[in-house]
Amino acid sequence: MTLAPVLVLAALLFSLGVYGLLARRNAVLVLLAIELMLNAVNINLVAFEAMLQDSLATGQVFAIFVITVAAAEVGIGLAIVLLIFRNRATANVDEFSLMKW
Amino acid sequence: MTNFLLAAAEEEVHSAVEAAYTSGFWAEYAWIMLVIPWIAVLGIIFFGKRMKYLGAEIAIGMLAFNTIWASILFILNITKGVVYEGAVTIAEIGSNLIFELGWVVDGLSIMMYFVVSFVGLVIFIYAVGYMKGDVRVTWFFASFTIFAGSMLVLVGAPNLVQLIIGWEGVGVASYLLIGHYWEQKENSSAGMKAFFTNKVADIGLIIGAIMVGVTLGTFKFSELSNAAAEHADSLALVAGMIGALLFFGAMGKSAQFPFHIWLPDAMAGPTPVSALMHAATMVTAGVYLMARTFPLYQNLAEDIRPWMVAIATITLFAMGLLALVADDIKKVLAYSTVSQLGYMMVAVAAGGYTAGVFHLFTHAFFKALLFLGAGSVIHAVHSNNMSDMGGLRKDMPRTYWTFVIGSAALAGIIPFSGFWSKDEILVTLGHEGYTAVMWIAIAGAFITAFYMTRAIMLTFHGSYKGHGHPHESEPVMTVPLIILAGFAAVVGFLNIPGVEFGGRGNFTQWLGMREVVMGDHHPTAPDWGMAAIGLGAALLGVLAGLALFARDKATQQERDKFEIPALYPLLRRKYYMDDAALGLVWLIKAPFARAIDWINDYIIDGVVNTMGFLTAGLAQLVYGGLDQRGIDLGFNAFAYASGGSGERLRRLQTGRVQQYASVFVGAAVMFVIGFVIFG
Amino acid sequence: MSLSDWLSEPTNWVFLVVGLGVAGSAFRVVTSKNVVHAALYLVATLGGTAVLFLLLSAEFVAWVLVLVYIGAVIVLFLFGIMITRAPIGYDASLDNNRRGIAAVVSGALFLLMSWAAIDFFGSEPLQGIGEGTSTELLGESILGRFVFPFEIVSFVLLAALIGGITVARKDATPAESEEGV
Repeated sequence: MTLAPVLVLAALLFSLGVYGLLARRNAVLVLLAIELMLNAVNINLVAFEAMLQDSLATGQVFAIFVITVAAAEVGIGLAIVLLIFRNRATANVDEFSLMKW
Repeated sequence: MTNFLLAAAEEEVHSAVEAAYTSGFWAEYAWIMLVIPWIAVLGIIFFGKRMKYLGAEIAIGMLAFNTIWASILFILNITKGVVYEGAVTIAEIGSNLIFELGWVVDGLSIMMYFVVSFVGLVIFIYAVGYMKGDVRVTWFFASFTIFAGSMLVLVGAPNLVQLIIGWEGVGVASYLLIGHYWEQKENSSAGMKAFFTNKVADIGLIIGAIMVGVTLGTFKFSELSNAAAEHADSLALVAGMIGALLFFGAMGKSAQFPFHIWLPDAMAGPTPVSALMHAATMVTAGVYLMARTFPLYQNLAEDIRPWMVAIATITLFAMGLLALVADDIKKVLAYSTVSQLGYMMVAVAAGGYTAGVFHLFTHAFFKALLFLGAGSVIHAVHSNNMSDMGGLRKDMPRTYWTFVIGSAALAGIIPFSGFWSKDEILVTLGHEGYTAVMWIAIAGAFITAFYMTRAIMLTFHGSYKGHGHPHESEPVMTVPLIILAGFAAVVGFLNIPGVEFGGRGNFTQWLGMREVVMGDHHPTAPDWGMAAIGLGAALLGVLAGLALFARDKATQQERDKFEIPALYPLLRRKYYMDDAALGLVWLIKAPFARAIDWINDYIIDGVVNTMGFLTAGLAQLVYGGLDQRGIDLGFNAFAYASGGSGERLRRLQTGRVQQYASVFVGAAVMFVIGFVIFG
Repeated sequence: MSLSDWLSEPTNWVFLVVGLGVAGSAFRVVTSKNVVHAALYLVATLGGTAVLFLLLSAEFVAWVLVLVYIGAVIVLFLFGIMITRAPIGYDASLDNNRRGIAAVVSGALFLLMSWAAIDFFGSEPLQGIGEGTSTELLGESILGRFVFPFEIVSFVLLAALIGGITVARKDATPAESEEGV
């Protein structure tokens, strides 16, 4: 088994995540897309770890860190979505263009 | 070290210090003193509400246990001398930085164990009476126990990391306790003010600790002291910076100018909190840190010591002046504490390790006594303001006499404890060549005696001005007062130069029981000349206080007339620069003050008004002619240009996050492609 | 290495099946017209990723992924979908009208990254597949060399917990707080 196919799969997941991030209107779906991207990063970390055979298992340790941070990010992200939904009665990203001029 | 959490259970104990007396059970198991407060906290939280005194029993039992243990260590130290250090490895960072939790038992920490446990015990007993019927008694005792427990962790710390843990624990507990009555906004704000002021100073402590760790490869105090005593080259390079940073941290906790601002507001908490905070925990932490790291300042960080002395001198003098005008009896005591902390700090900074710590020791007893006495009065009259008090001498005899003893100790009247410790500070300052500072400290002694006399006169003499009929507090509150009064009267005898107890000398030798020799100056015989000067200043202060405040001012009008309406608010507003001048004016009393008042109203005001009028006219001229017509034209043209371009550019800002993200990702891709092709 | 060589190795067969499953369900996550289906496709993606991790001999991470993601995060997502009353069922308006740009940008990104992967690591073999990483090694690594990041991550989690509560908590309006609600 070689490294390149795994990396290509991770790249595909990441690109699909970017597509979802750019094309989805619903904020929850945008967060789902971000999870896809983080997952692609995890695959990369574990794959490189398998290639390098690091004695400290650095790649796997950081994959766990990424999972943890992702959990925190989902918590905060959904809280923000919830708050915006409560204030504006919509969860569509393009409808709360608060940063507009 | 592979098994991290089990390490604590395995008790991998290693003694680091060549000890004078190591085999002792009491020293080897002294960690129990550091651990049981936390067990007590859990006990109070889970079972407190079901108990008769709502959990106070657990807290008091814990402190009684600690007091007994600390007393045994104290006696062992007096008879044989104890130096012991034990630690448990918690984690290893990289290959050589080790985090340890442990306990250190030596002259300094034994003294602090004793003060924290004993004074804490007395205050806790008092708090049972004071907090009776409060909204959150159980919660109060839980946070109070966290407070004392954190301080024990702090003073038992063998390394800077554990010290910081205890340090922050004390900070959190103080936040909880100052904001105990959080229903009122100003109380919770006072808690936050204390917390954040300390946080700013903590930055210095943490950076200093990291620098110690990086320089020496360890956070241990014993190795820091040894390196300093041997003038290690690596440490000598950064010693000044480390010393300054650690002192910066100590300034916050010990309320040195300009970090003193949190302390008067911290009076928002219940009175027992103020007593514990000012006597045994919290504010003494900074002085303790300086004493713990004293070899660093003594041997290597000499350059910054004059600066430390200067800051401490400002603190001891300026804050004492503020105590002169406060009406809130707790604020009088609070400013007094800041001033006394200045004394401790000035002594340690000038090189008087023993003098500073001895003042900390005596101060713990008499300041706890004064706060508890003030609490007793507040409990009786339901007001913090001395303008609502007066004449309580007859109604509250026990509170009165103990308060007088405490004030005498604070003012430095022979033979009470404060006299001996303050005298030692003055002698140290003289010996180390800080003559000017010594005279300021003597003037500070005068002010101390003055404001304490004022407080006693306004509170206990004259006629009663409050509402209702005050009566003496119950025994659970007065007995602690009497115990503390006893200690405040006699602990000063422990360190009379030349007087020794048994074979191990006196307080100086007990305190010098450390991992390295402290090497500060100890007089071998009392300096009666200096004692006479200090005592004279204190007596003068008492006389001045009596002269001004002995006459009863029964009505509010008379008080107002005395307080000099035009000037009083200025001092009350803590205009520091005005303090010295106004304090003098106050001494000269009403006729002169009225004359100055008249000058102020008619002559100075006239001058100021004329000046103001002229300035306004000139400004009108400049504004109308030069500014509006000349300069503004240029600015307007420029503003018009930028406004116009902004109007066009702002259309790029659609506010659609995903559009921004598209541009961002697309640009990144193009950049990488460009880099690959051309790079 | 030719395709037939590659296919002669049995682990590659497993990888191929799992990888296609992951890619397909990931594609459905971002294109599904049904919000709940999208979340469930994410479960499938993550499950496939966990199998992939097992294949790459990262057992512990695989199970952490199953427990934390599939067990907790997806549940959180489903709650989010319910609470924000996202249209459950078919909904054509889930995508915005810039799908074209998004597809171009992400396609370019994919091409760039896979080119880089193949160009730099084209025939790099994966060693030690099937040997397994001991959890003991991971534990020692996390609590030894990486204890500082570990503590910081724990702090981030705490901050997220407090932040989540603070952000999502419903503050009483002035009128309500006057009534003492």
